[in-house]
Amino acid sequence: MKEEVNLVYIYDGSLEGFLCCVYSSYAYKQMPSRIATTRGQSQLFEDTEWIKTDFSHAGKVYDSIGLKVGPEAQDYVREAFLTCMPDKEMLIFRFIRMAYRHGRKILGCLTDEPMCTINKGILHLKREAHLLMGLIRFHVYDKVMVACITPKNQVLPLIANHFADRYPGEVFMIYDKTHHMALVHNHEGCVLTAMEAFDLPPVDDSEKVYQLLWQRFHETIAIEERRNPGCQMNMMPKRYWKNLTEFQ
Amino acid sequence: MDIYEKLTILSDAAKYDVACTSSGVNRSGRPGMTGNATAAGICHSFAADGRCISLLKVLMSNACVYDCKYCVNRVSRDTPRTSFAPRELADLTMAFYRRNYIEGLFLSSGVLRDPDYTMEHMLEAITLLREEYRFNGYIHVKTIPGAGEELVRRMGFVVDRMSVNIELPTESGLALLAPQKSASAIMRPMAQISQGVTQNRSELALYRHAPKFAPAGQSTQMIVGATPESDYQILRLSQGLYRTYQLKRVFFSAYTPIVEDNHLPSVRSAPPLLREHRLYQADWLMRFYGFKAEELVSPDRPNMNLAIDPKCHWAVNHMEEFPVEVLTAPYGVLLRVPGIGVKSAQRIIETRAHTRLTFEGLKKIGVVLKRARYFITCAGRTDEYVIMEPDAVLQGLLSLREIEKRTKIDSRQIQIGELGLPEPKITKIDTDDFRFLTEGYPQAALPAPVPRGASYERRSEFGIYI
Repeated sequence: MKEEVNLVYIYDGSLEGFLCCVYSSYAYKQMPSRIATTRGQSQLFEDTEWIKTDFSHAGKVYDSIGLKVGPEAQDYVREAFLTCMPDKEMLIFRFIRMAYRHGRKILGCLTDEPMCTINKGILHLKREAHLLMGLIRFHVYDKVMVACITPKNQVLPLIANHFADRYPGEVFMIYDKTHHMALVHNHEGCVLTAMEAFDLPPVDDSEKVYQLLWQRFHETIAIEERRNPGCQMNMMPKRYWKNLTEFQ
Repeated sequence: MDIYEKLTILSDAAKYDVACTSSGVNRSGRPGMTGNATAAGICHSFAADGRCISLLKVLMSNACVYDCKYCVNRVSRDTPRTSFAPRELADLTMAFYRRNYIEGLFLSSGVLRDPDYTMEHMLEAITLLREEYRFNGYIHVKTIPGAGEELVRRMGFVVDRMSVNIELPTESGLALLAPQKSASAIMRPMAQISQGVTQNRSELALYRHAPKFAPAGQSTQMIVGATPESDYQILRLSQGLYRTYQLKRVFFSAYTPIVEDNHLPSVRSAPPLLREHRLYQADWLMRFYGFKAEELVSPDRPNMNLAIDPKCHWAVNHMEEFPVEVLTAPYGVLLRVPGIGVKSAQRIIETRAHTRLTFEGLKKIGVVLKRARYFITCAGRTDEYVIMEPDAVLQGLLSLREIEKRTKIDSRQIQIGELGLPEPKITKIDTDDFRFLTEGYPQAALPAPVPRGASYERRSEFGIYI
């Protein structure tokens, strides 16, 4: 199958939509040069083709990855899709094509493209998810807890279980400003939903007390003689600071 | 005194405790309770000194009856004293935990009246937190040396990790600076916890729901640079502790001078941070890389090289073991190559089964070629422009700028030997448990020096011992 220079697949941005692009490519023997979401900009002289999301097609592709390559590859694709790699769709598409051809062992070829780039992307995703498990700060409004984050990757699906397990009796929401997604948890369970906009409402006095206590603790626990802002920023990059209570 | 002021005083007094880790135990949440624990540990913030904040690290009380010379809370120091009421502490912990500020509680304390009384007080707060507040997160408790066995045992069943501070690497140091503490009072609870953990393991094998005793194990910490111990003594001691008591971690804390005392480094001296860093590097080499303390330091060169990391130092001194062929070398050998860590060694093994590795590929999977290139061959070839001569290797490993920077830090650190301290006396301890304490002394009966074989015994042109 030759690459068609100007063919661009447009999909709705969901994993299912992306898997339908893979389906179309095989069904119509086309090789797109780019796969983009509706949010992305289209370039001049490109032949765009809108791929409709069809759950049965997506399911077929997803199952075939499991059958021909293995369940690890399914996880790999799902995780890769959550990353913020530029042009991640084409990378994953190329991976799926190679995986169909070579099977399981493709996952062990860490030095070959596109696995090398995807691995780095997934590592970045997982590191960010792990970091945010610690850096999320809930603001308590009476019985409800709310947190805002601005991650680069879509970390919510990776941290949902951790927080649901941690606060089983609480009602809370974590809002991802970058991807306009919200994780909502109540006594019935956890839901991930799209949410266009949300801003934290101002907190009341009793909440302010705890925020001040935390700020004070954060200040006093540092040893002045060992001051090392470089190390602090290495461990906790500045872009996260705007959501942290201790730096407000 | 309001809670704001109390927290300020009691966290300020606790800041010199290291070990703010929340690792070692996986525990999922339970209905009706708050919290869980992750074996990898989670850092919740980083303080201005770059250290991780994972737990609410506070003292139960800073009113201490002991007079340890290095400590901010000693009885002779003029400083405001206060204590948390158990309920206050439990409230604060829950409030912080709910907001995801912390992963749990790290509770230590000054000695109020006597060790037993202090431990009872701490146990009360923790029991309240676990039973009434239904807290299921991480708790780390510092055991007070000298507290009764029954109290230590009861404490072990409500907390995740216990630790006993060994304080100073030698007993003479302890006698000099912390006269009220004795090595035996420190070692007794350590041995007890270690036994408790082992015994609990067999109970758990029989009954899956048996109560867990300190499931995240125990750790310890010692002050480095307050007394004239060498790295050799410190590393031998930590190796002994890992072996004898199955400790999870030994922490080192660079002594921060707070008080002028003729037994201590002057207050103008900077904390020996680089030395502390090198000790941690050595500690990692012992725990994850299969190194022995004796390979990193020896009685005739008891201190580590500050200018170069211990793994590189070892490699440059053992050029006869290199180069290592990355396509065939077993895991244990790969681990000893500078620039190859646990992760990259695993990746090399995984990848070389499928594809042909190149230097380019090694770089891609995370090998630090800047260091590794002097010690490896790939398919029988060395990297371009590599000369495998110790001096050339050393020159390649350290940039001139780095050497200048390092030696500057080196000279800033005070030489403890020059302080005119009395020579540490060797105390004979009968119990087998303390054998490694005495073995740590250079004066004690040491094994015959190992013949150095092909090691390169000379000063390099940079004045760095290799």
